[in-house]
Amino acid sequence: MKFTCLRKGGGFHFPACHMLNVSGFRILLDCPLDLSSLAFFSPVPVAHEAHKSLDTDSVIRKKQKMEKALDANDLVHAEPWYKTVKSLHLWDASFIDVVLISSPMGMLGLPYLTRTKDFSAKIYVTEATARIGQLLMEDLVSMHMEFRQFYGPEDSCFPQWLRWEELEVLQSEMKKIALGKDCEELGAWMPLYSADDVKDCMRKVQTLKYAEEACYNGTLIIKAFSSGLEIGTCNWTINGPKRNIAYITNSIFVSTHAADFDFVGLRGNDLIIYSDFFSLGAAENMENDNTYFDPVASLNFSDDVNNLEEMSASLLKDDESTEEMEKLAFICTCALDSVRGGGSVLIPIDRLGIILGLLEQMSVLLESSSAKVPMYIISSVAEELLAFTNIIPEWLCKQRQEKLFSGEPLFEHAKLIKERNIHVFPAVHSPELLTNWQEPCIIFSPHWSLRLGPVVHLLRHWCSDPNSLLVLESGVDADIALLPFKPMAMKVLQCSFLSGMRLQKVQPLLKTLQPKLVLFPKDLRCKIQILEANTIFLYSENETLRIPSSKNSTEIEIATDLASKFHWKTLKQETITRLEGELFMDYGKHRLLSGSHPADSKQQRPLVHWGSPDSKGLLTELSKIGINGTIKQVRDDTESESAAGVVEIHEPKKAVIHVGETGTVIISADENLASHIVTAIDIVLDGI
Amino acid sequence: MAIDCLVLGAGQEVGKSCVVVSINGKRIMFDCGMHMGYTDSRRYPDFSLISKTGDFDNALTCVIITHFHLDHIGALPYFTEVCGYRGPIYMTYPTKALAPLMLEDYRKNMDRRGEDGQFTSDHITECMKKVIPVDLKQTVQVDKDLQIRAYYAGHVLGAAMFYAKVGDAAMVYTGDYNMTPDRHLGAAQIDRLQLDLLITESTYATTIRDSRYGREREFLKAVHNCVAAGGKVLIPTFALGRAQELCILLEDYWERMNLKVPIYFSSGLTIQANMYYKMLINWTSQKIKETYATHNAFDFKNVQNFDRSLINAPGPCVLFATPGMISGGFSLEVFMQWAPSEINLITLPGYCVAGTIGHKLMSGKPTKIDLDKDTQVDVRCQIHQLSFSPHTDAKGIMDLVKFLSPKHAILVHGEKPKMATLKERIQSELGIQCYCPANNDTVTIPTTHYVKADALDAFIKSCLNPNFKFSKSSSVDKSYSGSNDSKAIPGLQVSDERVAEGILVVEKGKKAKVIHQDELLHMLGENKHEVQFAYCFPMRTERLEKTRSEDLPSADDLLCGLDKCTLISLLSTKLSNELSDGNIQDLGEQLQVESFCLSICLKDNCPHRISDSVQNDSEVVFCCCSWSVADEMLAWKIISIMNNYTLPLEGRLQVHI
Repeated sequence: MKFTCLRKGGGFHFPACHMLNVSGFRILLDCPLDLSSLAFFSPVPVAHEAHKSLDTDSVIRKKQKMEKALDANDLVHAEPWYKTVKSLHLWDASFIDVVLISSPMGMLGLPYLTRTKDFSAKIYVTEATARIGQLLMEDLVSMHMEFRQFYGPEDSCFPQWLRWEELEVLQSEMKKIALGKDCEELGAWMPLYSADDVKDCMRKVQTLKYAEEACYNGTLIIKAFSSGLEIGTCNWTINGPKRNIAYITNSIFVSTHAADFDFVGLRGNDLIIYSDFFSLGAAENMENDNTYFDPVASLNFSDDVNNLEEMSASLLKDDESTEEMEKLAFICTCALDSVRGGGSVLIPIDRLGIILGLLEQMSVLLESSSAKVPMYIISSVAEELLAFTNIIPEWLCKQRQEKLFSGEPLFEHAKLIKERNIHVFPAVHSPELLTNWQEPCIIFSPHWSLRLGPVVHLLRHWCSDPNSLLVLESGVDADIALLPFKPMAMKVLQCSFLSGMRLQKVQPLLKTLQPKLVLFPKDLRCKIQILEANTIFLYSENETLRIPSSKNSTEIEIATDLASKFHWKTLKQETITRLEGELFMDYGKHRLLSGSHPADSKQQRPLVHWGSPDSKGLLTELSKIGINGTIKQVRDDTESESAAGVVEIHEPKKAVIHVGETGTVIISADENLASHIVTAIDIVLDGI
Repeated sequence: MAIDCLVLGAGQEVGKSCVVVSINGKRIMFDCGMHMGYTDSRRYPDFSLISKTGDFDNALTCVIITHFHLDHIGALPYFTEVCGYRGPIYMTYPTKALAPLMLEDYRKNMDRRGEDGQFTSDHITECMKKVIPVDLKQTVQVDKDLQIRAYYAGHVLGAAMFYAKVGDAAMVYTGDYNMTPDRHLGAAQIDRLQLDLLITESTYATTIRDSRYGREREFLKAVHNCVAAGGKVLIPTFALGRAQELCILLEDYWERMNLKVPIYFSSGLTIQANMYYKMLINWTSQKIKETYATHNAFDFKNVQNFDRSLINAPGPCVLFATPGMISGGFSLEVFMQWAPSEINLITLPGYCVAGTIGHKLMSGKPTKIDLDKDTQVDVRCQIHQLSFSPHTDAKGIMDLVKFLSPKHAILVHGEKPKMATLKERIQSELGIQCYCPANNDTVTIPTTHYVKADALDAFIKSCLNPNFKFSKSSSVDKSYSGSNDSKAIPGLQVSDERVAEGILVVEKGKKAKVIHQDELLHMLGENKHEVQFAYCFPMRTERLEKTRSEDLPSADDLLCGLDKCTLISLLSTKLSNELSDGNIQDLGEQLQVESFCLSICLKDNCPHRISDSVQNDSEVVFCCCSWSVADEMLAWKIISIMNNYTLPLEGRLQVHI
């Protein structure tokens, strides 16, 4: 088995990506997009600044500003491109056999793959992930449309900003986004796929339920088990004839909306690929947050949230969800404070679970405080996404399922929309929105990068209002993200949410699963103490690990009715028999079944012989079946007991048998005679 | 190894479906239904046959319920709360959501009938708490050995067929299913599985149905005619399933015909049920599923709640009343009021359990029905029998049995004589052993079992490398197929005998091993002894008279290196014309077919010559051959071809001169 980490995980929106070679099949684990690099581009400019930004001497201006702080003009004013996993381009897509998608985020790069020529891999996705992933991609394409309408069709396939002379003069932070830390990622930039690419991609995926068995090529049995991160997200088990593998992505033990992390289903696998980078990202955030002081953010909440991580060390498993609920409650109170002060609240968070939770909590809070503030959800796919969440009880957590059994809607939003507490609109310019518009209000709207979607316009509208509040996910580099909206008077609340397993749970989890081998990220190794070193393989980006096979035999199942027909031969210690029948490979199992046509009538004759023949003995056996002859010549009769020699047959016809130490040659012109002689030799020798 | 199948209900009848199956030490109860035709102890399965002591927790591994119909789930609260079974119970999400409504509706009706309901509302709630919901195709590991999986069955919302596997033995219990999609549900779907046993329903064991659309039109016409004439239509149904299907049908028709006649549901139950249907829309047909975001098909516009005071209100109406089959309750109450009037219409489902009023109405055309000793109802109203049913027809059953091709089949949930006919068909047409046991009978069938062995890589690898042998079908085969000459297939036979290279080794106290034959001797520590055949035989040659001059060089002289090669190539052409199988290789000075090896022999005293056969003739070329035991037959065939062949040497000579 071979394993290559193509990219380590980078938070909720950018899951890890790996390539796995098992039983001769090449499996790609997830295919994400790095949407955080959208920060490189400027959002769609407002009309009056358009000319300025497209200035011809912008290069010179940039050069002069080399040493100054980053400002909005340093962003690239062009139709954005999107950054894919860079090392994936080094692999021939047509050689991939299977693609496993663990989350909607892990699916965003998939259309690039499915549209390549000769791509023929089987793509497995859970039903819910496929639906949500499709909506996310469609939303991305429709939000991107705004750029296309603004900048017009691209004149060349190679944009200006991608030229080396342009890249060279970039600010160092911008350069890092464009080229990556090691200046290798330039090739990863791609223009966005089209709506047709998305459609085509969706046609190629095979959807699964949790714990549904999918059998690839009769050899690999692939199953998805809930990971608890989001609705439909999953971990995978891959069972081949020689190996049982569990692939663990970002997982949450107890979720407030999605089905819980089903780690029981992952038990019984001898190898675990641990690919939950949450604790790595969380630590990085802490560093970032220490150095990050936004002068305009009057309310910095992120430090508190990160401290919670240490506090939770002593907390029990299920307290993770209450902690998450508390975070939502905190956001709600902050929002309430804002609207009471006459400011609006903008929530560009693209995590379904967080939005659903906020909608429910916010409406309760607003009602109890009798604040008459409308909530708007503005997104091209919101209506469908919200309707979808109310018809998928099988993919939700236990508490939500109980709602089904008692006949209540799974989520409150259906009722809230009916009661007109929540309004859903496809776009900022929807006529219904304009007639309904009321400030202050609370708005949920994509995109978290603050470069795409309705949020851009709303942010421009409110950025100078000190009473308004912007709620961001941590992990977004707020400095760069807010650049086009400076000067910001708006309050910013940055909040980190649980999006994976905490470090202290890794050890107990591995203990429960009891794998023989663990593939573990090198970056996380130093943070974890107790793991036994001999069972661990450490992996890092772009390094191929070769995992030696633990057994060199494969289990084979022989039907009893067939086995009872075998001709057994007893030797000194063992009994042996030649196999018959037909070998089938089905559901990862080798099975020997009786063939469609029974063994043909040709006499069963040993094909391999061993031992040493005795000429005299042979002669005796021959005479028993009416063949007579004489021993003509004995070589080395002084030493050898095996009595090698030549036997001449006179009766019934002439024949000669050369009997040697390592071989016997029968010389006969007659078919029958020759065959009789062999029968006699079979008796004298051992054979099968 | 065997599967024991104890039929506690629905054996040669319809009602109280309940089958207890023992596979490899696991015991599963499929369905736990009640019989609607009885009110005494016969309405429940005889649970004492499972465990005399009543210790059901140890006697059963789990209970599986296929769908929410009372004849499949009706006895469950009684079994868990009164009999005390506390083990796991599995059913699909919709079944778990909707079953309590069904049970509660039934219980209320029984109360109204003044009978001992046997279980209470609390019993139902407690019972449902123990249920573990499953999704379709989700593989559930009940315990270490038992695996179950649900497959879509159509029939009603959430109906499932269940697959169960313990060790090497596997089976499917279908419950009720429908092989054709209807107004709101899709057709049953299942994987091709390797099964020892299939237990299938056989409600319509001998009926073949045509398209349902004609039948639907008939129903709509009957309803329309009745309401147009000012009549009232009574549709006795259970709260769930049929009610929603017919309602989608009527709703659609009402819209199209612009009808304003009210459609009522007898209790809030059905309207409440629609709420569940909306959430479970993923379990309906593809067509309905696709519209969920814009319009949920279970938002009915024309439907209203019914009030008892409306029974004798003037004017036409359509009323859905529970329970179906008019076995009591509200539908009976309305029936008594409406049946005496000719303008009214009563529609009956395709199947009614014996003992219910529905059954009496269907059998013949009664003018009077005795409810009990004192009550009699005049029946003058029109009666329409719905001829579309959520059950599969005989063709569907045969299709499913054929598709799954189990080793054995058991028929349940049907009528005895029809089941016997179907059983014969399955045995004769599909060659599958089939049974239709009566209630409380046990059927035992053998199961497959596998011996496990470790196969070493060399064997697996040799099996993975294709090593096909192609052969033209022999003349014997042709003569057989000669009678139906048009269909004689020009035969190319492909055989692959790599499996025979494997050798199974069993040593005391060790796991059986499969090795490749090449590894055997090494393992045994023995040396190989090669047994070979050899034969150096003469071949006749032929030359033309005119080239026979006195200066002619002898044959030996002719056979220089170059000539050997041409001879061999000549032979190889000859062989490839005559020989149907074997891979003929021309290796220059040698000819090789499998292990058979032939070369032109120039030695005077080749040890492989049999002195007898040597005619000292200069016009003879010797061919020295050797081959191994495996290719014995092939070798003699080649030699006989050679013996009948004369080498045309004349051509060579001319070239030489």
